[in-house]
Amino acid sequence: MALTVENLSFAYPNKDILHNINFSLEEGDCLMVLGTNGAGKSTLLKCLNRVLQAQKGTVYIDGVDTRKLSGTELARNIAYVPQNHYISKTTVFDTVLLGRKPYIKWDITEKDIKIVEETLQLLNLQAYSMRYTHELSGGELQRVIIARALAQEPKVLLMDEPTSNLDLRNQIDVLNIIEEIIKTKKISAIVAMHDLNLALRYANKFLLLKKGISYRFGDTSILNPKSIKNIYNVDVAIEDYSGIPVVIPM
Amino acid sequence: MEAKKGYRQHINKKKLIILLLILATIFVFFWAINAGASKIKPKDVILGILGLGNPKANSIVRNIRLPRIISGILAGIGLSIAGCIMQNNLTNPLASPSTLGISNAAAFGANVAIILLGAGSVASTSIGEVQINNPYIVTLCAICFSLLSTLLIIGLSRLRYFSTQSIILAGVALSSLFSAGTMIIQYFASDTTKVAAVVFWTFGDLARASWREIGIMAVVVSVSLGYFLYRRWDYNAMDSGDDTAKSLGVEVEKIRLGGMFTASIITAVTVSFLGTIGFIGLICPQMTKKIIGNDKRYLIPASAIMGALILLASDTVARVIISPQVLPVGAVTSFLGAPLFLYFLIKEV
Repeated sequence: MALTVENLSFAYPNKDILHNINFSLEEGDCLMVLGTNGAGKSTLLKCLNRVLQAQKGTVYIDGVDTRKLSGTELARNIAYVPQNHYISKTTVFDTVLLGRKPYIKWDITEKDIKIVEETLQLLNLQAYSMRYTHELSGGELQRVIIARALAQEPKVLLMDEPTSNLDLRNQIDVLNIIEEIIKTKKISAIVAMHDLNLALRYANKFLLLKKGISYRFGDTSILNPKSIKNIYNVDVAIEDYSGIPVVIPM
Repeated sequence: MEAKKGYRQHINKKKLIILLLILATIFVFFWAINAGASKIKPKDVILGILGLGNPKANSIVRNIRLPRIISGILAGIGLSIAGCIMQNNLTNPLASPSTLGISNAAAFGANVAIILLGAGSVASTSIGEVQINNPYIVTLCAICFSLLSTLLIIGLSRLRYFSTQSIILAGVALSSLFSAGTMIIQYFASDTTKVAAVVFWTFGDLARASWREIGIMAVVVSVSLGYFLYRRWDYNAMDSGDDTAKSLGVEVEKIRLGGMFTASIITAVTVSFLGTIGFIGLICPQMTKKIIGNDKRYLIPASAIMGALILLASDTVARVIISPQVLPVGAVTSFLGAPLFLYFLIKEV
């Protein structure tokens, strides 16, 4: 198993957020975490890479308990694309170079520069390398942030609503890139999402969260009108359109 | 490849800026060492630095001008990097030792030491005649109060509902609180000449530090600069937000506490030896950021040199503008800083 999560629980001082979450992923899996606003999707991602400290439970990467890893060691295994980006006046190259932080001892090496160049090429960002990030469009910026995460050479990529602020073209582009990366880099991805159609189209595993509890975990079969009604309280039909499942609210 | 070439050029430009700042500082150093009421020829000044000139030149250069210039360079570096790190750690461009109330807290501590604990005595009320018998007690008191102020700021900044603007407002409030405390101590002080001297003391004066104090400043500033440079990648990561920094393996809380703690120690030591010198910590990192960008690998050393350059230039202006009278450098930096600050505020909008 590339990633195993056992009995993960998290609570703020006055509010329980996650209760006993369990799931596991193989290399090459793309897991969509679905649920209403406040269901605990973002919190779950943050607990996996210790941005938030879970009170209970264990996360294993390739069988290793992540609590035994230092912050830097963990960052070499799990990369994170947050929902909101803080933009400071830095170039695209420098932003992606920051992804090499977990590997930098005193200064960057030729290897770091080479990996940044390759990552920029992979995401078709070479032409932007000396542009400042605050001058980029939403779609371009999202690709830069994904590039920064990939420069970490992670085994697992966490993404919190990577398409929420993007137009349709950029949503498809970003998810196509993620699909391609999972295949070529042989990594797993965990994506928190709202769009059920995009989730169905790109993922092979799903985790349905309801008020911090894992309601269902499994393959496409768990995403059916009954489970969607239970999570979102909306009646839907799922139709097949040229081999692509489509969720239609009734 | 193209990206690598473009990146190298981008980095070389930053290195060139640092080199130009160093050259400018060297130029101002020679201007400063040659400026003064005593007319000493430049050749004698150079010989004086090396101790090879005539006794008068040797004495003036090595006992009066050089300590003052070295104090200026060290305090400029210290205050500027302290401001640079505070701005980064609190993600607020207005953070600095003076705006966060840390300078005033250190000054309050020094007042407590001098007036209440008797760490200082006074020969007369003229500038330069304030004798600090025990600089260690003054420094210790200044450090304690500046750390207290820093801890309050850090504590407040951790409250979720406390915005970055509120932190600056809290700093203004703390600053006012410590000024009021200083006023009360001075009001109830029985010895009025002591009060007059302490008022002069708070003006900020680079001539005040002896070689012993310069030595302490040199150790504190160089250790702090080394620490900040060691952490430069962590600070770069923190510019992308706490969550991203943590996901890159940065122990954000620890680094922030360490940065603020170190910055306030620099402030405390500088203020306790030289008095309050405003605006260097606010303006120098800001100006440097405009020129060299936000990458801490270059911003930290460039801010350090900019701080030394601006403070040394301000002090030399203070010495020559109505020579042989010498203006307090704290007043000149504020005169220089206030219009610059307004310019930056207007430009930002």
